[in-house]
Parts: sequence; structure tokens; C-alpha cells
Amino acid sequence: MALLDIRNLTVAFQTGNGMFTAVDRVSVSLSEGEVVSIVGESGSGKSVAMLAMMGLLPWTARVTADRMEFDGKDLLAMGSGEKRRIIGREITMIFQEPMSSLNPCFTVGFQLTEALKTHLRMGRKERRERAVELLNQVGIPEPVKRLSVFPHQLSGGMSQRVMIAMAIACNPRLLIADEPTTALDVTIQAQILDLLLKLQQDNDMALVLITHDMGVVAETAKRVMVHYAGQQVEHQEIGGLFANPHHPYTAALLAALPERAASKKLPSIAGVVPGQFDRPTGCLFSPRCRFVTDLCRSSEPPPAPAELGSALCHYPLDDGVPLNHPDGKEAV
Amino acid sequence: MFIYVLKKIGVIIPTFLGVTLVAFIFIRLLPGDPVLLMAGERGMTEERHARMMAEFGFDKPILVQYGLYLNQLAHGDFGTSIITRKPVLQEFMTLFPATVELSLCAIILAVLLGLPAGMIAAVKRGSFFDHTVMTGALTGYSMPIFWWGLLLIIFFSGILGWTPVSGRISLLYYFEPVTGLMLVDSLLSGQDGAFWSAIRHLILPTVVLATIPLAVIARQTRSAMLEVLGEDYIRTARAKGLSPIRVTGLHALRNALIPVITVVGLQVGVLFAGAILTETIFSWPGIGKWMVDSIFRRDYPSVQGGLLLIAAIVMIVNLLVDLLYALINPRIRHTE
Ligand SMILES: Nc1ncnc2c1ncn2[C@@H]1O[C@H](COP(=O)(O)OP(=O)(O)OP(=O)(O)O)[C@@H](O)[C@H]1O
Ligand SMILES: [Mg+2]
Repeated sequence: MALLDIRNLTVAFQTGNGMFTAVDRVSVSLSEGEVVSIVGESGSGKSVAMLAMMGLLPWTARVTADRMEFDGKDLLAMGSGEKRRIIGREITMIFQEPMSSLNPCFTVGFQLTEALKTHLRMGRKERRERAVELLNQVGIPEPVKRLSVFPHQLSGGMSQRVMIAMAIACNPRLLIADEPTTALDVTIQAQILDLLLKLQQDNDMALVLITHDMGVVAETAKRVMVHYAGQQVEHQEIGGLFANPHHPYTAALLAALPERAASKKLPSIAGVVPGQFDRPTGCLFSPRCRFVTDLCRSSEPPPAPAELGSALCHYPLDDGVPLNHPDGKEAV
Repeated sequence: MFIYVLKKIGVIIPTFLGVTLVAFIFIRLLPGDPVLLMAGERGMTEERHARMMAEFGFDKPILVQYGLYLNQLAHGDFGTSIITRKPVLQEFMTLFPATVELSLCAIILAVLLGLPAGMIAAVKRGSFFDHTVMTGALTGYSMPIFWWGLLLIIFFSGILGWTPVSGRISLLYYFEPVTGLMLVDSLLSGQDGAFWSAIRHLILPTVVLATIPLAVIARQTRSAMLEVLGEDYIRTARAKGLSPIRVTGLHALRNALIPVITVVGLQVGVLFAGAILTETIFSWPGIGKWMVDSIFRRDYPSVQGGLLLIAAIVMIVNLLVDLLYALINPRIRHTE
């Protein structure tokens, strides 16, 4: 049985101009100890999807799903009290901005031990010992001294290490890491990523790694979900994804990787992810797709079969060739 | 932190000097001759008038008068009332506890009601409660104190007869002041009903004086809370599975308090201004009423000394608030 099983999750925000669908029928499933990655450009609904699962969205969000289960328990149906026993204990999350994610008014020690007190009812001395142990695990030097330090005295990398320590405090079974390295120096990014993967293996926890960096994906995940404008456009094993991407968007993302770029100039994907006001009809990627046809502009593509990465495309690619495309091989 | 404190103190000294100058000049600009006023209906001879002008130093050039005044201040002499002939400082200290008692009760009431009201309004943003609190705060803020005080007196004292109209305690009770705070002294006196009488006298003036600070604190708390509730660290706290009460009452409130404390501190100055009106309405024998009386009697030294002492107290309170601000804000407390 899957540890996390989400089917057709949809999140719509109430805005001044009506409803805005930020996440559109996204499915995520994950078994115990597995690492999956969600990739996509900014604004593609990666964070919103995971925040919806955690129950951390503001009241303007309407969350619906055919199924949303953790360890067989229905997350949608349970009351908020019951959910709080899972959130922060069995499922935890770390965020993109470590500096602003720590409360500036409380010490590292206080924030680190809070979950231990709430969920595990540990005594003061026990909590302190565990906190020191956690800071050691995430590679923070002089852990005893750091307990009484305030967040503004920490660097970005240190803050993210503290966030990670907080997230693994109760030995969660699932950790959601939402672009954990985006805000950090390039030199620190690799360290934090390595740390996350090491902890994932040592503690045998499942990990959802959200990123918009295909390079990060290549180094970490076994399975990848590609999101675009709130939709899940492709879902594949890592090897297959890099060797044979089925959605033109995935192919474009890969082509934009520095080591894959054919010329010196980086081929970036022209255009931006559509938002609330410039949502195209038909396929959402059609304005930026090089294989676009009239069919793409007028009708929404159905998901392709699983062996084609469930690609949300009228002409899913196979070995770089769009299948059933009117121009055939000429299109490439 | 040490440097922060030094800086704050460094600002106070020139400010205080500025206040002495303003107080001095302002008083001289008021129309009316104090010596003639003292003489009253009887009038006085030219010669006696000149002698008294000289005695109080009113005949010297204005700069010299100011110099003399500063010198006196340096020696802790805030002047002598030309009506009662008692040192201004002494009169001030006798009446000050009454004002402290009233102001303290008012600010406590304002914080006790304003903080939770602003907090709940922020959490339940857009709700009926939120609209009620915000409308109430706006009304309270724009209410003329004098009119509001009279309205309360008419209703609660006149029509309902629940509260006394003026004074600090019923004339039935008499005891020597120990602390000067009527609530404490009436308890210490051990007389039956004295404490209750003191409370009944305190209620209306406290409500009147608390109105504006209450409105300001409620509004400020609401806006500070709204801002803080959208911060990333609140999401982190919720992601830990903490109860909503702990998230808002501890994680959010602790941060929202930082701007609120500053506002509460600024309200102390407003409170003294309000005390002048409130004490006059309720014949509350504090420094507010004393200042008004002194102005009407053209008691220059009392007004001048009183102004300076009030200014000094406001500055000291603001300094204390700044210290509290630093204590509650780790970003200031822990800087090298
Ligand atoms: N509270 C909200 N109300 C309305 N719209 C929202 C809200 N939160 C997010 N959105 C919108 O939802 C869309 C998806 O946002 P999301 O933060 O999930 O993107 P993302 O894929 O995580 O991007 P990034 O890489 O920048 O983190 C965006 O268009 C965003 O503007
Ligand atoms: Mg995001």
C-alpha cells in the first residue's frame, strides 16, 4: 500500500476576479522510503499542491480530490485535531525561504523542541538532549551553544539546517522539501541536498523534493512528476525521463540544461507559465510548444498511456518524435 | 544593546532642554500680568507692583530670566507657586499619585481590552466581530473626550445614579495618604466600604481616559497581527501541528507585540493630555486639573514647572518603553 496516495487533487483560489485554479487534477503517490521529485517552472502549482495536502492553505483555497490518503487514513475527511497529530509528526515540510521561515522572536532551541513537546510529550531534559542530537545530525557545529541563538544570528544555510532538524525531530515518515536550496548560495546548495538525502536514507523516510532544477532531479529522485500551470504533464522514472521525455515541455526543460545545450547559448523556453488571466484554451502549453497545431489550441489533451509517461499531450513524444503529428517526422 | 540604551538616553537630554525653552517662551506669550492678577479686586500701588515684579524676576530681560530658570532647574528647584507660595515640585508630588492611579488604570483597561479585541478581529478578519471592533475603535478614536465624559456622567450618575460625579472617594471616609494611590490607601485604612467607594469613583474617569488608547491599541494590534499572520514562520508553526491557539497566541502575538508596544508607549503622552480634560470633568485632584487651575490663575511658575515635570515623565516612560521594546525584540537585544 502506498504511504501517500493523492488522486486528482484540485485547488482553486477565490480571488477578486472569480476562481483561479492553481492545481488541476494532480496525482501523487509514494511508498515508504521512496524519493520522488516534482519539477516545474515558477507558478506551476508545486507548492500549492503540497500545502493543500498539509492543510496549510488560507481559507480562500478550495481543495478537492478523489482521494487523499496517508497511510490509509483519509486526510480530507479527518478533523483538524486529528490532522494535527499527523502534520508535524508523521508528515513534515521545509520551505523555500529558510530565513523567514524561523520565528525571529524565539530561540533555535525553543523552536526545535516545540514539536517534541507537542507530539511526543518529552520532558525538558529529554528534549534538550534530543535537540543537541538533531543539530549534530544536520551538521551544525557547537550545537549546545546554538540552542540559545536567535534566527537572525544564523546564515541562510544554517537556518535551513535548523529547519531540517525541526522537520526530522519526530522521525517523520514523509518529508516534503519545497525548493529547499533555491534561496541559498550555490556552494551551500549541494551540501543541503546531500544532507537531505543522507537523512532520508538513515531514517528511511519518504521524500518529496520540489524543485525547478532538472540538475537537482537527476542527482536525487527515482521518479519525477513534471508540473506545468497547475497540471501534471508527465510522470516517469528518472532514467526514462532523461533518455526519452514524452511531453514537449519536459523535453524543453531538459534541453535547457547547461550540459545538454547544443550551442554555447542556453536555449531557454520562450514565454512564461500562464497565470489567472492569460490561460489559453486547449492545451495550456500550446502557446510555447514547438509542435503546436490547431487541435492543441482548441481542445484539452487527454493523458497518454502510462508507458508514455501519462503525458498530457495530443502528440506525446517518443524518442523525440511527436506521435500521430500531422507533419510527422518533419515536425522535429 | 548597551549602545542602543546609550543612544536613547543621548536623545533625551537635548529634547528636555528644548522643552524647557518651549515652556519658558510659551508661558511668556500668554496675555495677562501675574502680579496684577494676584492683587485681585483690591488693586495695588505702582510702587508695590514694581517691587513684586522685581521679587519674581519679571522685570529682567527675557534671556536672563531663562538663564536664571535653567540654573534653578539644575538645583532641582522647579519654582515656587505665586498663589500658594509652596514649591512647585512639592505640589506636583502631592497630586501626582492621583494622576498615576487614573492613568495606570486607564492604560491597563485599554491593553486588557484592546489587545484581545485586535487579535480576535485579525484572526476572524471580515467577520461581524471584526467589523464591530473596527467601527467601535473608529468611533472611540474620534470621540471628543469632554463630550463623552459628560455623556457618561449624565447617563450613569444622573439617570442611573450608579457612580459618583466627582472626586476620588466619598467624603464619609478620611485617612492619611500612605502611597497616594486611593485604591491602596483605602484598603490599608481598613475602613468598611472605603475601597468600594474608591473603585466607584474611579470607574467613569478610567473609562473616559481609556477610550482613545483602547481604540488605538485595538487597531494597531489588528493590523500588526494581520501582517504577522501572513509571515512564513506562522506557516512553519502550523506545519508543526501546533494548536491554533498556540500559533496565534504565542508565535504571532509575540511578533505583533513589537509594534504594539511602541504605540502603547506613545499613548502615554496622549494619556497625559487626556488626563487634563478627564480630571477637569470629574474634579479629579491630579496634576491635570492642577495645571488647568494654574493656567486660569496665571500661576506662571506652576504651569512652567508642571509642564517640565510632565515632559520629563513622558520622556522617562518612553525610555522605559524603548527598553521594553529592545527586550522583547531579539534583533535589538542580541546585536554585538
Ligand atoms: N493564496 C493564494 N491566493 C491566490 N493565488 C495563489 C495563492 N497562493 C498561490 N497562488 C497562485 O497559485 C499559483 C501556483 O503557485 P505556487 O506557489 O504553487 O507555484 P510554485 O510552482 O511553487 O512556484 P515557485 O517555483 O515560484 O515556488 C501561482 O500562480 C500563484 O500566484
Ligand atoms: Mg513554490
